[in-house]
Amino acid sequence: MIGKFDIYIAGVGGQGIGLLSEALIRAVDCAGMIAKGCDTHGLAQRGGSVSSHVRVGADARSPLVSEGSADLVIALERHEAVSAGRKYLKEGGTLLWFDASWQPLDVRLGKARAAAESDVDEVVALRKGTVVRVDGDGLPDPRMQNVAMLAAVCRRGLVPGLSLAHARSALSDLMAGSALEANLALLAD
Amino acid sequence: MKDLGSTLLREEAFEEIVIGNTAVARAMVEAGVRSATSYPGSPTPEIAEALAAMDADRRPLRFEFSTNEKVATEVAFGSALNGHLSVVFFKSVGLNVAADSFVQLSLMDIPGGLVVVLGDDPGANSSQNEQDNRHYARMAYVPVLEPAGAQEAYDFFKLAARIARERHTVVILRLTTHVCHAKEKVRFAAWKPEPFDPTARFDPELQNYVPIAASVFPLKRRALERLADLASDPLALSADRVDDAGNRKRGVIVAGNAYLSLLDALAEAREKPDVLKLGLVHPLPAAHVREFLAAHEEVKILEELDPVLETEIKALAYDAGLRTRIIGKLGVDELMGEHVPSAVLRIMAAAWPDLYDAPPPEALPAVAAPRPAQLCPGCGHRSAFYAVKKALKDEDITVADIGCHTLGHLPPYRMGRVLLSMGHSTATASGLALFNKERRVACFIGDSTLFHAGLPGIANAVYNQHDVLLIVMENGTTAMTGHQDHPGTGRNWNGDTTKLSVRAALEGLGVANIREVDAYQQAKLTGMVREALAEPGFKVVIARHPCMLKFTRDQRRKLKAAWKPKHVRIDQDACTKAHECVERFGCPSFQIHDGRAVTVNEDLCIGDGSCRQTCPSGAIVEKLGGAE
Ligand code: SF4
Ligand code: SF4
Repeated sequence: MIGKFDIYIAGVGGQGIGLLSEALIRAVDCAGMIAKGCDTHGLAQRGGSVSSHVRVGADARSPLVSEGSADLVIALERHEAVSAGRKYLKEGGTLLWFDASWQPLDVRLGKARAAAESDVDEVVALRKGTVVRVDGDGLPDPRMQNVAMLAAVCRRGLVPGLSLAHARSALSDLMAGSALEANLALLAD
Repeated sequence: MKDLGSTLLREEAFEEIVIGNTAVARAMVEAGVRSATSYPGSPTPEIAEALAAMDADRRPLRFEFSTNEKVATEVAFGSALNGHLSVVFFKSVGLNVAADSFVQLSLMDIPGGLVVVLGDDPGANSSQNEQDNRHYARMAYVPVLEPAGAQEAYDFFKLAARIARERHTVVILRLTTHVCHAKEKVRFAAWKPEPFDPTARFDPELQNYVPIAASVFPLKRRALERLADLASDPLALSADRVDDAGNRKRGVIVAGNAYLSLLDALAEAREKPDVLKLGLVHPLPAAHVREFLAAHEEVKILEELDPVLETEIKALAYDAGLRTRIIGKLGVDELMGEHVPSAVLRIMAAAWPDLYDAPPPEALPAVAAPRPAQLCPGCGHRSAFYAVKKALKDEDITVADIGCHTLGHLPPYRMGRVLLSMGHSTATASGLALFNKERRVACFIGDSTLFHAGLPGIANAVYNQHDVLLIVMENGTTAMTGHQDHPGTGRNWNGDTTKLSVRAALEGLGVANIREVDAYQQAKLTGMVREALAEPGFKVVIARHPCMLKFTRDQRRKLKAAWKPKHVRIDQDACTKAHECVERFGCPSFQIHDGRAVTVNEDLCIGDGSCRQTCPSGAIVEKLGGAE
């Protein structure tokens, strides 16, 4: 088994990053690997940056991923993809991002430029990494983007040893009923 | 783990992936805690959430959110006096509120045992400072156990409870933000529910429980002796451990979450120092420390925040005549922020420059705009700030209190420009109004904070006739920490209860000048603030609107499939690009585009329509038919 694989997840409060990281940690556990992590709970309000750290393998001891060290950065929003990529992506790492835009305050006030797709590509080029863009086309509900990202992680083998089957058992451990059904459909082989 | 509550009440041993706070809740169950109290505050509210998840009939303990941390501490103390193992938990700065009673606890014989669980916040992730509460523990002669992660939070809670119960005393379990929220697989022991004996065992003859003047000294002596005794108690010392790397030159003494950061930081090091990890951080386990110092030529003290261990360890080395080179904090930077792995790596490299071959990886400089927390879409506070601002002149002074409305200090509102602590606003504003005829003074407070610590400042403003406007931002919940009930909601943690009215409380305190308005009625609110400011003395405007995040969630839960999202949209033909909605009202749902067009982000907009009155050309319209 790998010694250490670090994942940093970034998004905006209200995007459901908590479920994504919880499911990811449990999926890693289902795959028989050691998982730990930490959500940086902000306050209750929607709309601020939120992040979650997921660490895989026995050599990862702190719950927190270090800057410039993430093997995989998952971002649920474009500005967050740029920020999280610049801060956490390691040389040769992968940046998986969902192409939605929730403009930060300074952009809305005209004090800062909105992030573009090319800004994301630039970060990844600087880190000599791989970029994977996901969009919401074909998603039955925009709020399911978190599970769509989990599916993308497994389908593309972005975490060594993690398959869609692991993600399905993780999700079945967390929810039930029609919500589970709908989400499992996104995780079909 | 679909059902957290029944998981936490399993009678057989089990393993589960949980955060530190949840692990502590299970530890309470196993340790036989009968009474727990708290006031909500990050990073600890998830302890209460875990307790809430348990089936009320099977939950072996009683819980309450008290009105503030001092009250919570006193309730826990009282129940422990009757012989029931009790717990109080709250955030770092909560100890300031509790301090008046907390500092007395070590003078008391507490038959049931009392554990104080602190959620300290190095890094000030969700607090107004990053105070190091070990200072309070030293001042009040209270022992402290400090876990590194979720497993230890569970183990050490049980240890703290055992010490507290056996020694009839108070023990602190000091968590920090990333111990509270660290998630890992925790091994839980079996639990056998014990029948509960509710007998009230308080015995005023057990000791003198009324320490005054000379009667303080025997109690203080006992507190000091108990503390000294604990430093050599094998049970307490079992919380310490040594990682022996066979390095007789270099060692590190560390405690808490910084230990895990150290392990990460040492992964890349050319040599592994030995490590003494302290679980008992107060009193200092002198024998362990002395032995470790004596066995090494150089020892780095790695501790988050203030040099508390460092000071004690240096004194100990001096007294013991040890020649070990002790490396403490090297500069103020080492007293600030969290000891995350990258920070610890820098600290270790500063202590021993030859430890690393290559510099650690670093972040690229940020380019994207930061995204600070902000009021939710539809929040009544936004409407209130927008309206109040219209009634104020630029030179007027506004004072914030603690709660979601604190965010009003950010652009575009810039309201509430000074903040100390829970409940400070009326009194700070009163001082600002002294000798001051030119600049009018308005202050804010939320309803939960008003009941927490706001009342004395209001009584003072009435009594001493201060010329201040207080705007109560009443949203019917303790929103910022996750929507807990408070005395004004008509519900407590256990069910329905008496609803205290904000207005009646103010009237009871003698406030004669009170106005009330729904915060969405912006023109009316602006008018009321104008009128009130023109009147002398202390006056209050209650700007009321339910927390819309909670309201929307409750609606969605209640209506289930029948719930339909609502939005507004911008009539692009009517929009003159005045940008009143984006730049001054500032709902995050509004997005701007090249050519300055405005649209509404439907992932954010809740369709409450409070923005519509702000548009000078009426271009914000209800979107018919809901979302596509
Ligand atoms: S949580 Fe409630 S009170 Fe707080 S900002 Fe959001 S809507 Fe407003
Ligand atoms: S209706 Fe939508 S855009 Fe308007 S204030 Fe409410 S959430 Fe914001």
